[in-house]
Amino acid sequence: MTPGGWYEPGSSPLHRAPAGGKFAALLVLAAAVFALRSPAWLGAICAAVVLAYGVARVPLRRCAGVARSLAVLAAFVFVLQWWLLGAGQALVVCLRVVAALAAANLFTITTRIDDVVSAVEGGLAPLRRFGVRPDRIGLLVGLTLRAVAALSAIAAEVREAARARGAQRSVTAFAVPFLVRTLRHADELGEALAARGEGDG
Amino acid sequence: MIEFEDVGHSYGERVVLTGVDLRLAERRVAFVGANGSGKSTLARMINGLVAPTSGRVLVDGLDPSRQGREVRRRVGFVFTNPDSQIVMPTAGEDVAFSLRRAGLPRRERAERAAALLAEYGLGGYADHPAHQLSGGQKQVLALCAVLALDPAVLVCDEPTTLLDLRNKRRFVELLGGLEQQVVLVTHDLDLLGGFDRVVVIDGGRVVADDEPEPALRHYRALVT
Ligand SMILES: Nc1ncnc2c1ncn2[C@@H]1O[C@H](COP(=O)(O)OP(=O)(O)OP(=O)(O)O)[C@@H](O)[C@H]1O
Ligand SMILES: [Mg+2]
Repeated sequence: MTPGGWYEPGSSPLHRAPAGGKFAALLVLAAAVFALRSPAWLGAICAAVVLAYGVARVPLRRCAGVARSLAVLAAFVFVLQWWLLGAGQALVVCLRVVAALAAANLFTITTRIDDVVSAVEGGLAPLRRFGVRPDRIGLLVGLTLRAVAALSAIAAEVREAARARGAQRSVTAFAVPFLVRTLRHADELGEALAARGEGDG
Repeated sequence: MIEFEDVGHSYGERVVLTGVDLRLAERRVAFVGANGSGKSTLARMINGLVAPTSGRVLVDGLDPSRQGREVRRRVGFVFTNPDSQIVMPTAGEDVAFSLRRAGLPRRERAERAAALLAEYGLGGYADHPAHQLSGGQKQVLALCAVLALDPAVLVCDEPTTLLDLRNKRRFVELLGGLEQQVVLVTHDLDLLGGFDRVVVIDGGRVVADDEPEPALRHYRALVT
């Protein structure tokens, strides 16, 4: 979601917790958030997630970054839902989005991708006998997470270039270079992976 | 030993290499030539990223287009743009990603990665977000990630093009200190002082193949 929403080195209990456990907890939390309807409960979960940021000793700079992008998103969602469904429902949806995304962000801040990949591989190991290649799926997860960062970096650069030419409102001034650069990035990444022996088994 | 035997290549109708015969045994070899002359195409053949459409390439007697896996284990490749070579979010993870294939346990991978980064002047950057490194540091990281696989040959396609002068020098100094055989494609002619052999390519053919001084003299004469 945020460019640079990546691992922040640290030694808190949350950093040291196993990636697989954290991932499972994140899934449970997401499920709970979408099952609950009471604003009080949802508010409590949001507060708990905020507290967890404190436990993880996430630097303020990172907290501010997450808060800023969540605030923009929450405001947008709130206005839209208010218009469609009314204020009460809008508050519930907002709290859900904030709780789930804040927790997901905390996961990426406190967990190395290498650990996520290893956890995914470990979790899927029993499927090996059905022909599933856990290492491939692990790599896929790692590359997907990395692709999000790469794409947001490309988008930011293209937007900047468009602004420099005074074309910030033009859709093509964004879409064309964005697509071209994304495809080229994909090409180069594929080549680099092949050169590093990925795909050789 | 890298051998090109009467190698030719065309992309569709377009012939980009013809009659390239080379036996490269020297430790430091450079390919130079104008844009579009075919240097990258030739370099990519060494690890099987491109297969010749005629003739053949051999690396220690192995054919990269048939025995790609064995060849890629021997040949490391550094590209121009470090951003597309770095596949993991932090420097340490990216190097560890290479070691993953060696089947090392996770902790050992992280330790080896940190040691390798330190050896090449990136000590303390293991947990650093890779996309926040400077261009020069990123290219050194890309080099580390390739060296982690312990190749015998290193092919570098314009690795210094995006770097400033200081980082260019530093990168080439790092290359100079390696025990690997190095094949460098470059437009930075003043970096070739310590090279054993310079191959000049023009219009898909080898037009000069000599020690740096005479070869570069030939290349400069070609341009003017
Ligand atoms: N994938 C491709 N499809 C079609 N033509 C290609 C492809 N890659 C390269 N070419 C063409 O092949 C020729 C040689 O390209 P190559 O990239 O080997 O040149 P180069 O010497 O590395 O140039 P530069 O110094 O600009 O990197 C060029 O005319 C180029 O347009
Ligand atoms: Mg080239």
